[in-house]
Amino acid sequence: MGTLTEEIFSRRLGRTVHAGDTVVAGVDVAMAHDVTGPLAIEAFRQLGSPLWDATRIVFNFDHVMPANTVAAAELHRVIREFCVEYSITNLFAEGICHQVMVDRGMARPGGIVVGADSHSTTYGGLGCFATGLGSTDIGVVFATGKTWFRIPETVRIDVRGALPESVYAKDLALNVIRHLGSDGADYCAVEWTGEAVRAMSVDERLTLCNLSTDFGAKTGLVEPDEVTFRHADGEDVDLHPVRPEYARTLVIDAGALRPQIAVHPAIDNVHDIDEVAGTPLDEVFIGSCTNGRLTDLALAAAILSGRNVHPRTRTIVVPASRGVYLDALAAGYIEIFARAGALVLNPGCGPCLGRQHGVVGPGERVLSTSNRNYPGRMGSPDAQIFLASPAVAAASAVAGAITDPAHLEAVS
Amino acid sequence: MSGRVFLLGDGISTDAIMPGRYNVTTDPDALRRACLIEARPDFVESVQPGDVIVAGRNFGCGSSREHAPLAIKQNGVAAVIAAGFARIFYRNAVNIGLPVIRCEEARCVLRDGDHVSVDTLRGEITGPAGVLHGEAPSGVALRVIEAGSLLDLIRRGGWAALTEERHVS
Repeated sequence: MGTLTEEIFSRRLGRTVHAGDTVVAGVDVAMAHDVTGPLAIEAFRQLGSPLWDATRIVFNFDHVMPANTVAAAELHRVIREFCVEYSITNLFAEGICHQVMVDRGMARPGGIVVGADSHSTTYGGLGCFATGLGSTDIGVVFATGKTWFRIPETVRIDVRGALPESVYAKDLALNVIRHLGSDGADYCAVEWTGEAVRAMSVDERLTLCNLSTDFGAKTGLVEPDEVTFRHADGEDVDLHPVRPEYARTLVIDAGALRPQIAVHPAIDNVHDIDEVAGTPLDEVFIGSCTNGRLTDLALAAAILSGRNVHPRTRTIVVPASRGVYLDALAAGYIEIFARAGALVLNPGCGPCLGRQHGVVGPGERVLSTSNRNYPGRMGSPDAQIFLASPAVAAASAVAGAITDPAHLEAVS
Repeated sequence: MSGRVFLLGDGISTDAIMPGRYNVTTDPDALRRACLIEARPDFVESVQPGDVIVAGRNFGCGSSREHAPLAIKQNGVAAVIAAGFARIFYRNAVNIGLPVIRCEEARCVLRDGDHVSVDTLRGEITGPAGVLHGEAPSGVALRVIEAGSLLDLIRRGGWAALTEERHVS
């Protein structure tokens, strides 16, 4: 009995555990990417142990894929050679690690997954306990299949009512960060629940759990239901909170929300869109592990269809994975983006972390659907980054300035 | 250990400590040179072994990149003292043997350039205004520190070396 986290760990360990306990537990899968992978490999090699299980270790090339410098190519080479040496076949270069993990069914409801990336919390949208670790921790998992956890207390976010038009999972998560602050759920698990969350697609639930790490959470979780099981090929897991004790419950009235914008320079500097509407933009980025899924691209395509992006606002669209890309192609979204004058780049992290394409210059303003607006995140530390939903991003790309989608003029 | 204070603010992210554009390597010296390159451009050229970083809330928030604590450690920093740490940074620092101390008042009491001595196991910081009592790692983190690093702990006895703890409230 307990919270979703306590339930998942109690089942895994075969005994009841509670928040505050320290445990060593086996994991289902350990993931690393092209930047954190080489350090994890170094840690593993220093242990001098055999590999735990080649089938349960996953590498993704996404942060700098394809390589744009010799240094990046070297990171890829190190990982490729390691995978050959240890017969690891889960080496993917088909999009953002988190979306690839979901697309390929590596994160399952009720499972435990660790990744050498902070946004590994994303898989909680499927009811999987997932958390980010550093490279040394992941290197140790490569050798042992286990790691230690302090079972976290849980913050419950109860979202009542229905989200209004033009308000999405991104706005809800930013609003929660506005209430709790960027370290508001530090060391805690977050359970997203309530009518508005139940009504969400898996894509939107993944967005909520993805952003949970950005207010300090160790994991974000949505209780698995029929929506989850349809996505997970019918796999049904009987997992519910059982007489849970929450450290805190935050109640959100979904119907009262406006589109939210996290304003430079902090993710908890969140405002209703009305307060910053009209701010001119040099770049718009639609993509990332937060908002690069089909649901997100559909929102952007609906707004960009028959319109052009503003000449002063370079607009970059990056599907989260090859699967998303193919679905977006089939749905006609990619053609809509290209006709609107947006640049569609290969699946991956794209401009989110300022390491490959779409880097922003000093004094520039960028609106991004990603998850971090720290100074320097996307390029120059003197650039300003605004975070918002794909709908706001698309409307703002058309207007060349931050724009509420509801206020965009009808296509003539 | 003793040294000078480098005072930083709240919410120093791993993007500030090790910007993504410089974080395309595992070479410790390349990481050392890029440490705080934009947030505190004077850091790398003036830091001396034994110096400490004193900061506010949520130090090391953001990316899980272990390159960030590694870069700080490579600069010879004796301890990072912050009002609060982001979870992954704290765990990474402990894993690689970079001392971390939680101390709410250090950033209010100490000034940039102050000379302090630090007892990293007791969490004591002695500076111009006397002794500050911070919180050094405990529990599993302390076990890792006593072993030297997570790799040392695992090499010496694997996970069996780590006794699980039941929380008593």
